[in-house]
Amino acid sequence: MFSRRHRVATGVEEATFATLHIAGQAAPSLRAGLTRDSARKAGRHLRALLGARAVAITSDERLLAWDGMGAAHGEQAMDHVRAALTSGRTHAIKDLTCDDESCPIRAAVVAPLFVDERVVGALAAYGEHASPVVVRTAGEVAGWVSGQLELAELDASRARALEAEMRALRAQISPHFVYNCLTAIASFVRTDPERARALLLDFADFARYSLRRVRDFTTLADELGCVDRYLLLERARFGDRLQFTVQVAPEVLPVAVPFLCVQPLVENAIRHGIEGDGSGHVTIIAKDAGPEVHIQVEDDGVGMDPERLSAALTAGTGGIGLANVDERLRQVYGPDFGLAVDSAPGRGTKVRLRIPKFRAGVLPGVTLGG
Amino acid sequence: MTLVLAATLAGIVLVLAGSAVAGTVRPRRFGGASEFYVAGRAVTPWSNAAAIGSEYVSAAAFLGLAGLVVAYGADMLWYPIGAAAGYVVLIALVTAPLRRSGTYTLSNFAEWRLGSFPVRRLVTFFVVFVGLVYLLPQIHGAGLTLRLLVGAPLWVGWVLVCAVVLVVSVAGGMRSITRVQALQFWLKLGALVFCALVLFFVWRADGSPLPAAGNVPVFPKATEVVLDTRTEVGVAQRVEVNVVGTLDGQYYGGSSVTLTPGDHVFAAGTRVMFAAGAAVPHIKGDDPEPGELWATPYSGARDDSWFDTISVLVAAVLGTMGLPHVLVRFYTNTDGAAARRTVVIVLGFVGLFYLLPPLYGVLGRLYAPEVLMTGRTDETMLLLPVRMIEGPLGEVLAGVLAAGAFAAFLATSSGIVVALAGTLSTYLLGGGVASFRTAAAGVLAVALGLAAVVDPVGSPLLVMLVFAVSAATLCPLLVLGIWWRRLSTAGVAAGLVSGGGLSVAAVILGWLDPPWLQGRWTSLMQHPALITVPVAFAVMVGVSLLTPGRVPPGVGRMMALLHVPEGRATYPSDRSSREDDRSP
Repeated sequence: MFSRRHRVATGVEEATFATLHIAGQAAPSLRAGLTRDSARKAGRHLRALLGARAVAITSDERLLAWDGMGAAHGEQAMDHVRAALTSGRTHAIKDLTCDDESCPIRAAVVAPLFVDERVVGALAAYGEHASPVVVRTAGEVAGWVSGQLELAELDASRARALEAEMRALRAQISPHFVYNCLTAIASFVRTDPERARALLLDFADFARYSLRRVRDFTTLADELGCVDRYLLLERARFGDRLQFTVQVAPEVLPVAVPFLCVQPLVENAIRHGIEGDGSGHVTIIAKDAGPEVHIQVEDDGVGMDPERLSAALTAGTGGIGLANVDERLRQVYGPDFGLAVDSAPGRGTKVRLRIPKFRAGVLPGVTLGG
Repeated sequence: MTLVLAATLAGIVLVLAGSAVAGTVRPRRFGGASEFYVAGRAVTPWSNAAAIGSEYVSAAAFLGLAGLVVAYGADMLWYPIGAAAGYVVLIALVTAPLRRSGTYTLSNFAEWRLGSFPVRRLVTFFVVFVGLVYLLPQIHGAGLTLRLLVGAPLWVGWVLVCAVVLVVSVAGGMRSITRVQALQFWLKLGALVFCALVLFFVWRADGSPLPAAGNVPVFPKATEVVLDTRTEVGVAQRVEVNVVGTLDGQYYGGSSVTLTPGDHVFAAGTRVMFAAGAAVPHIKGDDPEPGELWATPYSGARDDSWFDTISVLVAAVLGTMGLPHVLVRFYTNTDGAAARRTVVIVLGFVGLFYLLPPLYGVLGRLYAPEVLMTGRTDETMLLLPVRMIEGPLGEVLAGVLAAGAFAAFLATSSGIVVALAGTLSTYLLGGGVASFRTAAAGVLAVALGLAAVVDPVGSPLLVMLVFAVSAATLCPLLVLGIWWRRLSTAGVAAGLVSGGGLSVAAVILGWLDPPWLQGRWTSLMQHPALITVPVAFAVMVGVSLLTPGRVPPGVGRMMALLHVPEGRATYPSDRSSREDDRSP
């Protein structure tokens, strides 16, 4: 008569949910790597997960966090975990003593934490006794924590890879560009020495900006200044075949943006814009959109078909500019803030980027993670 | 009045068209060897200051102030001083460090400085509260202006303002809002100064009558006053009038009546004709101040007015920094020094602007004293040109003033809406253009709803409330956040709740005015800032000292960023040696 569409969870299922929930709460702090701060935050949840009286988290050389009762035991924690750190296996310690008669902590189970098969620390669960169940639970939890730490290591190495790529990009003003610039300037030396001198200064400015010290963020004004120099140099080379239009709302100039986030797009646009019939028009627009800045770089060149487009946005296949900018934007501002590219063969290419005016930690001249 | 309407419309169209032209960022096409210098296109302190002035000098405050001067005289001169003095505090304590921090709303600042989501939410709540309430008088003012000009119902003006603001803030984008506001500032200042000068010379030509002469204001010439609503008036001097309508429950068809000293009631729709030189009855509850007392500060009957004055000043001076549309603008400056220079210029602009309302108020007592009888003192400025100058010139001037006022309502409202929508869309709706538009529409819808619920007469009280709440919540947060290392998240939360809660409670209590609340206490409740601001600071400092564990990490780095001038900063990763100063 009555069909119960929602079955009440059984006890076992409830326990599973609870365990998964606690693990989920501990995961974000562990993803920051093994530090005092992350250990302190995760300790509470791990203790609940283990059902222990107290939990100690150590690195391979010192205690990072003690959570729970009997903090006096914390002083000996490093002695307790030493065996596990050296052997890389789970150890149980019985007959712990302390001055406090009422202290229920009489045993500990220590499980090592691994990253890349290397012991980086240990997780110790303290309680009344060290039953086989406790030993097994501690081993499993330590295994899960190790998994999270490996992910953290992965994040960190991905960031390092990006940074290295960024350095490479910065050091890598294309040799062709340098060659073309110098040839173009040389052609003006006799006919228009004044212009040749101005262009050389522009070239110097552009190089100084592009090769400057490691700073992850700059102001949009500086970035557009760099684009400005770049356009002048390209124009010296292409002459009237290259037309460009720049529209910038003055309000957005002081906004902090990732270093070299516009110039690669412009370089890309010129390359594609000129490609087909040998002449092109590049449009650069920066506008104020409430809490964000919207920047758009458009060319009227040959355009790209979808396959080439997705190739250009995947790192490692030639188009280092677009892919790199896209990756860095996502890394700094989150997955919603990547590049948006509209293109079709023969219809030109339009690249749009959105930059929030404020993001904690993002300031001109500041290095990420510095 | 059709000429007034035409002049107003022409004025508004001129303002909007001018704004559209000034605001469009023209594309630069490149031919030959021309260059564009980005730096040269940045917003200068001058134009940014004009934009701030444009948004800050709200028409509601402006019209209201002229009205207050008509009614209460020299005592009211403190208000413009408070409005301008807020900028002195802002420049001394807040602008340059805030600009260096790169945060551009109070919520951003709280997030960056304290790193706590609950505190940021609390701050956002107060910012939205302050902004919304500050919107109300603007909307109400637009309604009043339109009613005075064309006799439209109040809601027509409200809806009109909200619709235009919605279009302006949603269109945004490629238009340079700073330039639009800056241009509007000059148009408004021009209109107000021009009309003031014309009226001033009319007054000179009239033989410079003294506003303080005689005991009671008198009608300068035969005047017909139409009372839209039931009006109770107090009469101080016996006066002969002709009445069409109901007086004291009895109908008169235009016959002559003598109003004896005492209280009288006019029914709605009554027309009252006064002869030249007749004494003006005052709306009940506002006893007329005799000329001498009107013109002399602190001569009134209230012996505790010093407390009111100081409390209002504290609220205005410290509350200015919590207005959302004021802080956002400094972000447009390129650095801290430019932000500071901007504020100095704003100070001059605002000072210049606020010279005018007292002038209009004084002339109002001479030439448009019927506002004392209708109680609609806000209408003083708009009535003056028609009352002082016969014929088309007066109507055109009235139209110019009305257009200026309307532009001012739009400027302030759109400033607030854009600032609030930015905050709300970032923190509630996940960011992006669509959510910004949704937030702008939402803010306007709520404001419109509030405008319909709240009595326009309560608007000045609301402005007091806004400044009191802002001074007791956002001001301590900013000042301590910028200047005190040991500020903790718990301290901020406790200070915000106690300061904001006390202010709101006091103002509501003062508004309800229960019988056991007497004398000095009533005025304390209406102007609570002198008590609530020190309490909020004390709670914030006290709780912070008690909870040293809740001081956010990295304070040293943030303090260096706030206070080391640009260009000289070697950025902090190598500066701070303390372990807790590692960046997150």
